[in-house]
Amino acid sequence: MPIKLPSFRQRRDTYPPDLWTQCPSCQEMLFNKQLEKVLRVCSNCGHHFRLSAAARLELLLDADTFEEHDPGLQSLDPLGFVDLKAYPDRVATAQATTGMRDAAVWGFGAIGGRPVAICVMDFSFMGGSMGSVVGEKVARSAEAALVRRIPLVIVSASGGARMQEGTLSLMQLVKTVAATERLHLAGVPLISVMSDPTTGGVFASFAALGDVNVAEPNALIGFAGARVSAGTIQGELPEGFQRSEFLFNHGFVDRVIHRSDLRDELAKLVALMAPMPAADAPNETGSIPAFRPLSFLSALADRVSPPESDEVVRG
Amino acid sequence: MVDRLIGRGGRKGAEAPVLPSEIADPTAAVWARVQLARNLHRPRTLELLALIADDFVELHGDRFFGDDPAIVAGLARIDGRRVVVVGQQKGAETDENIRRNFGMPHPEGYRKAMRVMELGERLGLPIVTFVDVPGAHPGAESEERGIAESIAKSIALMTRLRTPIVTVITGEGGSGGALAIAVGDVVLALENAVYSVISPEGCASILWRTPDQAPAAALAMRMTAADQLELGVVDEVIPEPREGAHTDHPATAASVKAAVTRHLTMLERRPLDELIEARYRRYRGLGAFTTLDVEPVAVPERPGFTDRLRNLLGGSARATNGSGPASGRAQDEPPAREEV
Repeated sequence: MPIKLPSFRQRRDTYPPDLWTQCPSCQEMLFNKQLEKVLRVCSNCGHHFRLSAAARLELLLDADTFEEHDPGLQSLDPLGFVDLKAYPDRVATAQATTGMRDAAVWGFGAIGGRPVAICVMDFSFMGGSMGSVVGEKVARSAEAALVRRIPLVIVSASGGARMQEGTLSLMQLVKTVAATERLHLAGVPLISVMSDPTTGGVFASFAALGDVNVAEPNALIGFAGARVSAGTIQGELPEGFQRSEFLFNHGFVDRVIHRSDLRDELAKLVALMAPMPAADAPNETGSIPAFRPLSFLSALADRVSPPESDEVVRG
Repeated sequence: MVDRLIGRGGRKGAEAPVLPSEIADPTAAVWARVQLARNLHRPRTLELLALIADDFVELHGDRFFGDDPAIVAGLARIDGRRVVVVGQQKGAETDENIRRNFGMPHPEGYRKAMRVMELGERLGLPIVTFVDVPGAHPGAESEERGIAESIAKSIALMTRLRTPIVTVITGEGGSGGALAIAVGDVVLALENAVYSVISPEGCASILWRTPDQAPAAALAMRMTAADQLELGVVDEVIPEPREGAHTDHPATAASVKAAVTRHLTMLERRPLDELIEARYRRYRGLGAFTTLDVEPVAVPERPGFTDRLRNLLGGSARATNGSGPASGRAQDEPPAREEV
């Protein structure tokens, strides 16, 4: 009778990583093909895995409606930044591993048959960090949404501003917010979708400023990195700190939406929030219409003309 | 971090007045400037106002939650001109520093700033801001009350306020916490001020994996006022007294006053619509990128965009260009990704 020998194969060989993924939340081994069929949500515990920009667009938009704009934007190296590696090398590596040129994609598409401008970030490209290219794409998507008067959907997945571009990255906060602020003033809706993670400078700019803010379950959303908070602040951080539900409980997120419902909910929102046609329709050249503030502001400004206020000062 | 908060680093800089311009090693020179920018005795908003303003009435409270002593806001008269002033305030002594939370604002600080800046717009008064902050307060209560939202809102407000805005970076321009009150038609910086997207310690911890490399990070980020001028983030550098602003408050204040009033006079001549559009264009133009031909990044032996989409979503259609499912997987979802 043959003796059955114990297997000497290591356990990890049982689950080759190209076929299996371990859920970081419940440790369940998930078969990749099956995982993708269920929109990369753990069937055991509901953990939402990160999505690539391409998969996100496929998930949210009506089939074959995406029309990408400005795919050729390529970041430069304004600072000549070198840490343990030169910045251009980091970008090249990220491009080779992701097949993307930078951490965001924008274009036009349709959700539930209604046109939208959409900008989607991808965490796998340098942590989804926002440098000049990401900032430019967000700003262009907002300006295009303003011209066409269609809702703008921004899906964030980012650790924050890209350190390698220094303060020029920081300035992208102003650039993007200036553009989305014009949408607000013109009555064109911005829907901010926060996925895991949405932190730092991205959360502290357009992502926090949606007319409607929605988040995927248990996504990390916060301003300061948890390590920074824990290092600076004595005492324990509250349970569920900086997670979607924490933000929901504190009133900064309208809805926490499971990925399988996201498309339908967005379709409803886009339909309900469709902007009114503008009195001053966008001109045909597609240029950005001149800035028109809320009427009460301009009326106010007309009343308070600079020379008069000078008089007051001298008097 | 503790060293920095209680100002040990700053004192060291004060006791050994070696001028950054006289240091040959570029890393050491930049680090000397960072220490000067953080010097405990550098003039802050209130010290500057005491020397610049003929009148100043401080306003308190954000009308929602409370008053944040880390941000000072109010109405002032400078050189006969009525202005609204907003600025961060660190303390020069430990007690005051604790009261002012080491100059790190909470959301209510930024909401107070917004309230007072909006008042300035309504009254037709120009806005002057003084920026000197290590960063917004990174704690649980800050997050609970929406520090990111308050910063984002303040930035948004400043991009559209219909009144001239002059911003002066007087010390540490620490990331979003600084930017929230630093969106201006004109951005000035004192000679030894620094401005960065993240603290050099934070940058070093992430990219060098040790905060000890902070001086190297400070150099790499090009955070000095002169560098920021070159990058176009700052429009003009205001010279400081030879050994730094902390050695001569009146001289520093006089330079700041002269620069601010000069720019306000120029800005006030411009029609408001033009001013707002120019402000938009100023920030819209900041960034460094190029536009390449629309070809996808060269990634040989990989399936195309549509095929990868199909693979990823588990569609039945397979990539037709011969790449197997395994290779499609490996590139779309590197297993290590979830651990990043």
